[in-house]
Amino acid sequence: MKAGSTAVEPVGDTGASSVSPTGSRSPRKRRDVGPRPAWRQRLTLLDAKVTPYVFVSPFFVLFLVVGMFPLGYTAWVSIHDWGLLSGQGEFNGLDNYRRVLEDRYFWNALRNTFSIFVLSSVPQVLIALALAGLLDTQLRARTLWRMSVLLPFVVAPAAVALIFGNVFGDRYGLANELIQWIGLDPIRWHVDTLASHVAIASMVNWRWTGYNALILLAAMQAVPRDVYESAALDGAGRVRQFVSITVPMIRPTVIFVIITSTIGGLQIFAEPRLFDTQGLGGADRQYQTLTMYLWELGWRVRDLGMASAVAWLLFLIIVVFALLNLFLSRRAGSLKGLNRKGGRR
Amino acid sequence: MQTPKTRRVRLATSAMLALTLATTAAACGGGDDEGTTADGKIKLTVATFNEFGYEELIEEYNAMQDDVVVEQKKAGTANEHQDNLYTKLAAGSGLSDIEAIEVDWWSALMEQSDAFVDLSDPEVEGRWLDWKTEAATTPDGALIGYGTDIGPEGICYRADLFEKAGLPTDREEVAELFGDWDSYFEAGREFVEKVPGTAWYDSSGGTAQAMINQVEYSFEDEDNTVIAADNPEVKEVFETITANAADGLSTGLTQWSEDWTASFQDDGFATMACPGWMLGVIEGNAAGVEGWDIANVFPGGGGNWGGSYLTVPAQGDHTEEAKELAKWLTAPEQQIKAFEAKGTFPSQVEALDDPALTGSTNAFFNDAPTGEILADRAEAVPFIAHKGPKFADINTAFQQAIQRVDEGQESADEAWDSFLADIERLG
Repeated sequence: MKAGSTAVEPVGDTGASSVSPTGSRSPRKRRDVGPRPAWRQRLTLLDAKVTPYVFVSPFFVLFLVVGMFPLGYTAWVSIHDWGLLSGQGEFNGLDNYRRVLEDRYFWNALRNTFSIFVLSSVPQVLIALALAGLLDTQLRARTLWRMSVLLPFVVAPAAVALIFGNVFGDRYGLANELIQWIGLDPIRWHVDTLASHVAIASMVNWRWTGYNALILLAAMQAVPRDVYESAALDGAGRVRQFVSITVPMIRPTVIFVIITSTIGGLQIFAEPRLFDTQGLGGADRQYQTLTMYLWELGWRVRDLGMASAVAWLLFLIIVVFALLNLFLSRRAGSLKGLNRKGGRR
Repeated sequence: MQTPKTRRVRLATSAMLALTLATTAAACGGGDDEGTTADGKIKLTVATFNEFGYEELIEEYNAMQDDVVVEQKKAGTANEHQDNLYTKLAAGSGLSDIEAIEVDWWSALMEQSDAFVDLSDPEVEGRWLDWKTEAATTPDGALIGYGTDIGPEGICYRADLFEKAGLPTDREEVAELFGDWDSYFEAGREFVEKVPGTAWYDSSGGTAQAMINQVEYSFEDEDNTVIAADNPEVKEVFETITANAADGLSTGLTQWSEDWTASFQDDGFATMACPGWMLGVIEGNAAGVEGWDIANVFPGGGGNWGGSYLTVPAQGDHTEEAKELAKWLTAPEQQIKAFEAKGTFPSQVEALDDPALTGSTNAFFNDAPTGEILADRAEAVPFIAHKGPKFADINTAFQQAIQRVDEGQESADEAWDSFLADIERLG
């Protein structure tokens, strides 16, 4: 605290002396008793105003260094010819962006990314919501159940990819053996576009559903219990309580989960990258996502300029989608809520 | 109460949060090695891929001296290894003290020869076959890699499956069958008719690669101009392989995929083109399977597939010690031991007529005299195919095109057209 106020002092000092030449002295003098107490007062005021910002600044300074700087630098790289090993070349304006947008693999990757995103994020949030609802009830050994849903999250993605790689083998995989045992035709998990997306999405869901369920569970536990009691008295069943009370009441957390899974879903990399040994998303790039496409350009084609252009395009897409999802989920929430005008609680 | 103002603030906060997460979600790994161990010894790392046969050699080296501890980092595939190499080369840090480099990628990295230590040393002059050394020497005379192995190819086959199909099983008789590619494929057509459910060779990609390696200028000409699109020899390989796949000669799997590895245990196929270093791979994947043998023949004469160098990246902390180690590992005596362990055939002149090499046999391959066979195969290699800086990238696209036909995603014509588009894209 002391360090903070001494650091601010010179600011107050220069502020006071700069007042006099402007001639606005007389009205000020009337309000203030004397020059010294005025400083003190203004200093206290400044302290109250500035100190909070000083305290939160470490995050923003860090964010500037590790978040904004790479963002800006990537933009800088994206408008130059830039080889992975040869480094910076000529300035070329938006040429990298043009080349990316003209590349058919970009659009292919975009399609794959959305498809995998929808196949992973939607079921993920819904299952997490249901799972959290179940975990919020009076179960025996509650802590055990709650801990166990987090277990998949602890396993490294590479290990998950390895295990699922065995499950989803085209010819000798566990999933196909089961499917054939039931009497159906084996699915070509690494060949058919949709099948490969389902396989990858299930890896993603396996990893993230439990994690999201716990976040939602934490929010559910903050819902006052007496609301449920009165609902029960009114004759509302479990499901009705969940839909009409729990979900609306934890809406901010649901929005948070939706946005984080949107961001994560659009950046899927490890699972599809490790789905085969080539790392290009299949012979026809059936499951090459945008991040993999970015990686291919940067490290296989060794063109960092184009890779950076993709990074920026991806960034813009994510921002648009996060905002869109935010808007949609708020909209949906307020439609379902008790009062459209936002007068609830 | 939720006033419009708090709503807006909340919206702004959420948006900000989204931005923050979006920008910070991309994480990156860091290096961990500091170059010395807890007890003050110098720690050297050797990064290799597939099987180099260095496990016992490294133990031997560690036991030989007191101040250096050597550790090996093994990558599963050459691709993975190369990705890692490029990433860390670009970052300027994080590479191992010794990095193995496969010959397909060699000329792309020769353009970055400054990043590697000049290893020329009077002690190693004349150690390797001339062409092996020449390829590793920069225009201004720096030697940036020590040769490890070369990849003279024979044909590995399953004698037990051959018997089932009524084909000869003795390796001399088998050798007579495979004089050129046509007779090799013809035998295959006969085989798949008699043994349904088992393919003739392990993968279209591997066989195509073997054929491409017999073309002196396949994807790039002498000046490294890309000629892949108009080269009739490339087109012919493509057409032959895709036609074979239609006849069921290929498993339709990609080399190094999990299904490919599993197919060794499942009578998935009967033969494969096998350079020396593949012997160790087969032995590992087919552990417990009896009947593997190797014939002293290669369709169309001889062929070389792969082979590697050891380099010392200039960014390392202990380049002197690393050079010493690389020199020791690539000495003829050591390479012969690596050959005995994993079949990596020496590129060192002195090793080639060493009785330890020529007399060596391989128990897994029905006690075949692998040393003698591969030495013969090395002699049969008429020239070393030219591989320019774009070779590996074009080859990946080529392999993918073949794979698309195997998987039925595109017809052969469509796949060829998209291969041409891919070449265009690589520039």
